[in-house]
Parts: sequence; structure tokens; C-alpha cells
Amino acid sequence: MSFLAIKDVHHTYFTKVSATTALSEITLQVEEGEFVSFLGPSGCGKSTLLSIIAGLIKPTQGSILLENKPLSGAKNQIGYMLQQDYLFPWKTIEENILLGLKLSKQLNDETKNAALDLLKQMGLNGIEKQLPKQLSGGMRQRAALVRTLATEPKLLMLDEPFSALDYQTKLKLEDLVSNTLDAFGKTAILVTHDIGEAIAMSDRVILFSPSPGSIHKVFPMPDELRSLSPFKARNHERFSSIFQTIWKELESLESGKE
Amino acid sequence: MSQGKNNVNLLHKYYLHSLTIEKRWVRFYQVVIFLVFFTGWEFSSQQRWIDPLLFSSPSKIWNLFLEKFQDGSLLSNLGVTLTETVFGFILGTVLGTILAALLWWSPMLSKIIDPYLVILNAMPKVALGPILIVALGPGYPSIIAMGAIISVIITTIVVYTSFKEVDPNYLKVLQTFGANRFQCFKEAILPASFPTIISTLKVNVGLSWVGVIVGEFLVSSRGLGYLIIYGFQVFNFTLVFLSLLVIAVVATIMYQLVELLERKLIKE
Repeated sequence: MSFLAIKDVHHTYFTKVSATTALSEITLQVEEGEFVSFLGPSGCGKSTLLSIIAGLIKPTQGSILLENKPLSGAKNQIGYMLQQDYLFPWKTIEENILLGLKLSKQLNDETKNAALDLLKQMGLNGIEKQLPKQLSGGMRQRAALVRTLATEPKLLMLDEPFSALDYQTKLKLEDLVSNTLDAFGKTAILVTHDIGEAIAMSDRVILFSPSPGSIHKVFPMPDELRSLSPFKARNHERFSSIFQTIWKELESLESGKE
Repeated sequence: MSQGKNNVNLLHKYYLHSLTIEKRWVRFYQVVIFLVFFTGWEFSSQQRWIDPLLFSSPSKIWNLFLEKFQDGSLLSNLGVTLTETVFGFILGTVLGTILAALLWWSPMLSKIIDPYLVILNAMPKVALGPILIVALGPGYPSIIAMGAIISVIITTIVVYTSFKEVDPNYLKVLQTFGANRFQCFKEAILPASFPTIISTLKVNVGLSWVGVIVGEFLVSSRGLGYLIIYGFQVFNFTLVFLSLLVIAVVATIMYQLVELLERKLIKE
């Protein structure tokens, strides 16, 4: 049985004037340790699906199983990273990264030291007592990653976590996140609209088509790209041919819409 | 190279100098306005251009100030009013914030209460004065209640709006960690709204003065509001002006103190 199983999920948003189906017939399995990307044009429901997997939204229909168990009891097993760091500006970096542990009542000397160690591993030394606004965008996003990893989630959700960063920082952070996840053997789902990022980081790219959001096509990445770090994968000779394939598929989705 | 740096230093010095000069001119005109106003007042009162019985004069007010200061009655009256005002605005702010928290806690409650809040906010609260006095008795409680009631509804509305405007992504972060509604409030909603609460405190200082003075008009036998109404009744307008000036000075000091508190609490 798969690590994460998404079975026939439908989701509809209701407003006074309309009912919009954001997702329909999503069935998907993710294996332990796998890195999967959700790629698609905006409005294809990929962020909605992420919120459903994280247990933040209840789907209109369908079920999510994490290690064969329904999601409800599994809240702390899922870490979520947003487009911006959303570090609390009135808390120091230390208070920020220990927040998850505090809320789930796991805060003790051991977990605290582990979190602070992780901060050092991320290259953030001696900033524990600083406030988020004293840090650069890349450093803040790294601190946010530490905050997410501190509770040791089994599954990590990344909702366009690099989209607000400049290109250079983004490439560096892609490598850092990828290495960290490999080292901890974490399963991760990345939502992005950046084709290159999806190819460079993932084991599998899942292309979504919009209105209603559904899985259009699944692209498994070849082993030679999977074994490389994102930065090296971007320079691999097969990278551009895969990029072209996905690009054309995305184009066909756009033209099909009109 | 060093020539250029010297030049920059020199220009910076000129710039700072021009700032100091500007500041001095501002201060100068402020003092001029003050002096012109009070000497003008004194002079026109002595020349009987204005009725000295009605408009008094700064020298008379000053003499009365010294007299009332020495017999201790000014300080004791000021103490009464000040106590009522401080309690009034703290109570108004705290109650308003608690009400706002309740509304945030239950969206259903906030939908139900909404029209009543609008009505209560539109209603002139000082009109409740007679009812408060009958209900709570003439004395401290009813006057403090006046000071509080005048600010509580507007505080509720402003703070509740700020609670609602907190970026929902902060809540999303907390919810992924399994936070309950109380934790969300404590970790995100309240601290994010802290600046708003402090700034309503500033507004409430002014509002509470209004409530307390009106309350004293209606009922009290002590306090600055009482001095004003007493001076009016015995046609002693020097006493009215004295109380007015004391209120102006003390209210300004209180406002400055709250501003100082704001800067201390929000270390931006």
C-alpha cells in the first residue's frame, strides 16, 4: 500500500452566485521518500489539493489516506510551507522555529536542540535572537523551512515556496531543500508553475489541467536527473528535451481552453 | 578621493545646520503665537475690549490658580477627575478588546450583533448619563462608567476589524501545526492587532475625558467638571477657564504618556 493515497477526490467551492468545481476525480499515490511536483496553469486547483491533503479543507467527496489511516488524526505529520515565509514578525527566529513544537506540546530540551541544530545546518548561525525583518528573503525562507521540519513531519507540502525569491536565491534554496529532504528521507509534494523547478527537483511531475482541475498527465523523471541536485539537473543534457515536452503539453492545455 | 569625501562631509554639515535653523524658526513662531494669544487676551481684558466678567484674563486665572493650588482644592479635584479618566479609558479599551475577541471567536455572534453595534455606535453615549447615575448612584462608579461607555463600542468595532484583517496565512501556518482556535488567537490574532489596540488607547484617552467631564457636569460634587459647572452657576468664569486650561494641559500629558507607551511596546 502507498504512503499517501488520494482516492477519487472532488472539491467544489460554493458562493452565493455560483458553485465552482475546483477538483474532479483526483486519484493519486505517493510513495515514501518520493518527491512529487504538481504543475499547471493558475486556477487548476493544485493549491486546493495541497490544502486538502494537509487537512485544512475537507473535500466535498473522496478520501485521503496517509499510511493507510484517514487524515484526521494525522495533523502533525504534515508540514506546510507557503509562498512567503510567514514568520511571525513579533517573534524572534528561535520562537518562530519552536512554534510548531510548542503548539503540539512536543517542546523539550531534546527537540529544541534538534531544531537549533537544524538552523545551524541551514547556514543560519547566531541569528536566533533576531527578528525576521532583520533577515534577507532567502534566510527567512530557510528559517521557515526549519520551522516546518522541526516537528518532524512525515510529509512535506511546498506551496510555491520559492516564487517570491530572486532567481539566484531560488536556485540555491532548491539545492538546499532537495539535499535536506534527501538526508531526512522525507516525502514531499511541491506545487509550482515553474516547469524547470518541477523537473529539477522531483521524481515525478504531475501536470494538472484547469476547470475543473484534474490530472492531465504524469511525467516520471529519468533516473539520471533524479540522482542529481536541482542545480546540476538544470544543466543536464536531457533537461531541455523534457522541458520542451512538458512545455508543449502545457501549451496544448492553454489552446484547448480557448 | 579624500577631497570628495571632505566635500560630502561639509555638505552634510550644511544640511544638518539648515535643519537646526528650520527647527528653531518653528519653535520661535510657536512661542510667538502663545505669547500673542495670552498677552492679547490680558491686554484686551484690561482695556475692556472684551468683557472681563465673561472672558476673565490670564492674570486673574493665574492668581486663582495659585490660590487654589495653595489651599489644595485644585489638586484634589484634579486627582478625582484624573482617576476617573484613567479607569474609564482603561476599562473602555479592555472591555472593547474582550468584546472584539468574543465576536472574532463566534462569527455567528458577530453576524447577529452587527446591527446593534451600529446603533450603539451611532447613539450619543452621553445621553445615557442620567440612566447611569440612577442605576449606579451618583459618585465614582457612574462617572467611570461614562468614561468607559463612550469608548467601548468604537474600540470593539476598530479592534474587531483589525482581528479580521490579520493575514489568514498566519492562521494557516498555525493550523498545519494543529493549533486550536484559542492558540490561533493567542499566537497570531492578538499580537498582530497590538498596534491597533494601542492606537485606540490614544483615541480613548480623549474620549474618556469627554465622558468623565460630562459625567461630573451631571452629578459630581468634586472634580474639574464640577468646578466648571460650579463656576458657570456662580458666574465665576475665571474658575471655568482655570479648569479648562488644567484639563488641556493634563490631557496633553496623558496623551504623550500613551504615545511613549506605544513606542516602548512596539519597538519598530
